[in-house]
Amino acid sequence: MAQVFTSAASALPDTQGHFGPYGGRYVPETLVPALDQLAAEYDAARNDATFAATYNNLLKNYVGRATPLFHAERLSQEFGGRIYLKREDLCHTGAHKINNALGQILLAVRMGKQRIIAETGAGQHGVATATVCARFGLSCDIYMGEEDVERQALNVARMRLMGARVIPVSSGTRTLKDATNEAMRDWVTNVRTTHYIIGSVVGPHPYPMMVRDFQSVIGREAREQVLAQEGRLPDMLVACVGGGSNSMGLFYPFMQDSTVQLVGVEAAGLGISTGRHCAPLTAGSPGVFQGSASYLIQDDDGQVAPSHSISAGLDYPGVGPEHSWLKDSGRAEYGAVTDAEALQALKLTAEREGIIVALETAHAVAYLDKLKQSGRINDRTLIIVNCSGRGDKDMNTVVRELNL
Amino acid sequence: MNRITQNFNTLKARGEHALICFMTAGDPDIDKTVELASSLYDAGVDALELGIPFSDPLADGPSIQASSQRSLDSGMTAHKALQCAARIHERVPLLPLVLMTYYNPVLRYGMTEFARDAAASGVDGVIITDLTPEESAEWQHHAQVNQLATIYLLAPTSTDDRVSSVCKICSGFVYCVSRTGVTGARQDVPQDLKDTISRIRRYTDLPIAVGFGVSSPEHVKAISAFADGVVVGSSLVDLIHNNRDNRDLHNVAYEYCASLKAGTRTVTAGSQQ
Repeated sequence: MAQVFTSAASALPDTQGHFGPYGGRYVPETLVPALDQLAAEYDAARNDATFAATYNNLLKNYVGRATPLFHAERLSQEFGGRIYLKREDLCHTGAHKINNALGQILLAVRMGKQRIIAETGAGQHGVATATVCARFGLSCDIYMGEEDVERQALNVARMRLMGARVIPVSSGTRTLKDATNEAMRDWVTNVRTTHYIIGSVVGPHPYPMMVRDFQSVIGREAREQVLAQEGRLPDMLVACVGGGSNSMGLFYPFMQDSTVQLVGVEAAGLGISTGRHCAPLTAGSPGVFQGSASYLIQDDDGQVAPSHSISAGLDYPGVGPEHSWLKDSGRAEYGAVTDAEALQALKLTAEREGIIVALETAHAVAYLDKLKQSGRINDRTLIIVNCSGRGDKDMNTVVRELNL
Repeated sequence: MNRITQNFNTLKARGEHALICFMTAGDPDIDKTVELASSLYDAGVDALELGIPFSDPLADGPSIQASSQRSLDSGMTAHKALQCAARIHERVPLLPLVLMTYYNPVLRYGMTEFARDAAASGVDGVIITDLTPEESAEWQHHAQVNQLATIYLLAPTSTDDRVSSVCKICSGFVYCVSRTGVTGARQDVPQDLKDTISRIRRYTDLPIAVGFGVSSPEHVKAISAFADGVVVGSSLVDLIHNNRDNRDLHNVAYEYCASLKAGTRTVTAGSQQ
């Protein structure tokens, strides 16, 4: 069967991109034809054996997949149960973002687009996009909030080294949200020649579906690997959620496995009660933002509220529409951990497993402690944590915060 | 027939075309917005687009982004913007009013309540920039109940199929975006605009107004040769901001809009129907 990206795990979204009341398409009219073209091209590509072969070959030989499923024995001693890490941090460029960037650049080439734009927060998606643009010889502009340009200097340098132009965004909160607005404005203007590689399961249809499908290689591999290593399905999957692409990628192939609990971890920033967080599923409400309907951090007037997280990649007031649907339907549960808890988890993972994870990933690890405290982990509990990225990019922050 | 469409028709009978001007409610403040609306009316402006600011205006360029932010910083909300509209309507009852905003503030306000309160404030029509026709069934219902025109945008990239379906649910007028891009003053009028207009014309008898990038009397004149109306936003917003402390603000705005309006009056009688 040629269709290799998706399992038949879910009939969602519908043809208009809806996950229940979420998703859809809320964009300036100028973009609608481009989104129609993208949806049609993606539909053709996902059923094209040649496209699949090219993509899978690059995943194997360029990205370095399959990534290992590693039994983290010393973290297991700390939290109990049997904890496995899905090592997306070992992907080329250091995070899961490349899975999606690679799929989308192949689509852009199919559509004959000459230029690529992208938004980035932590810089991992920017680096992944710059990487595939270098590989395929397309021109590349990356929008990045000024605050993130400062806190993610290493990734800025990596993008520039690969020939991308990094455009600092000074509007609004100077973070991922505003970088996304600027990228959308660029796309509205240059839509005829440019493809916009959105980095998460957010934005207008078909992005949430398409990015999920490209990332679902994570869950497909993990499912096979855990069956091979443990002879059974896991009890729980744990992954951090900003926009939510690494978590959707891990969760999706397990969607029909009803015994597998899906746990998404948002950034509580300075604490939910302070209002300075990025936890729309935990503390937000439904709205429409940047192209789709989903949970959102907003005020009583429907203005999008400023978010905060120590992790640039989670510092976003919205979340992918499918997560909103999974929350409402009860198929997934969502919690949140603070900046301080994430930092401690990053330190613990480094000390106990010799793995320096990204601050984003550290949120997922930190949640293991909450699961332990609430008595949800026993000796037999089998857990897969998505180790979505490596922490090199965060060393400046970590050095400062932990006084190393 | 909607008051906006009626106005267009009256103008057409006179061999004139419509000038629609945009201001953000509450930039620099509500009192000034109301006063300015009156000056605009005196200058011959045929309809006012009143912007309800949104924190993330992704269809707008730097001028309207900044204007929205200033307005929000000074405490503007959708409720206050509708009060502002009501005051404008009281002050200049003959000036047709169109609200322009994004979907989330409307959703948060409550669609039923928003449509009801807009109509009660004397508003004639509403443009929700990021509400695509596919997602707008519920809004269409509430707008119709309250006799609000639902104005949608069409772009140079819109396919014929799309032009056809969008025109079917448009009322008041069709808003044609002059070019691919966000709002903001530009130097020129795009070459392919005339073709886009005639493509839209095949699918609707509604008036067609052109916006995005229109900033000078010359643009207005050029576009009036083939469109029923023109929308000027960013350049007026900038002018107001730059003259916010000028005691002569109202005259400056009056002069500017009067010069734009002159561009709509120079069309030959041949275009009369």
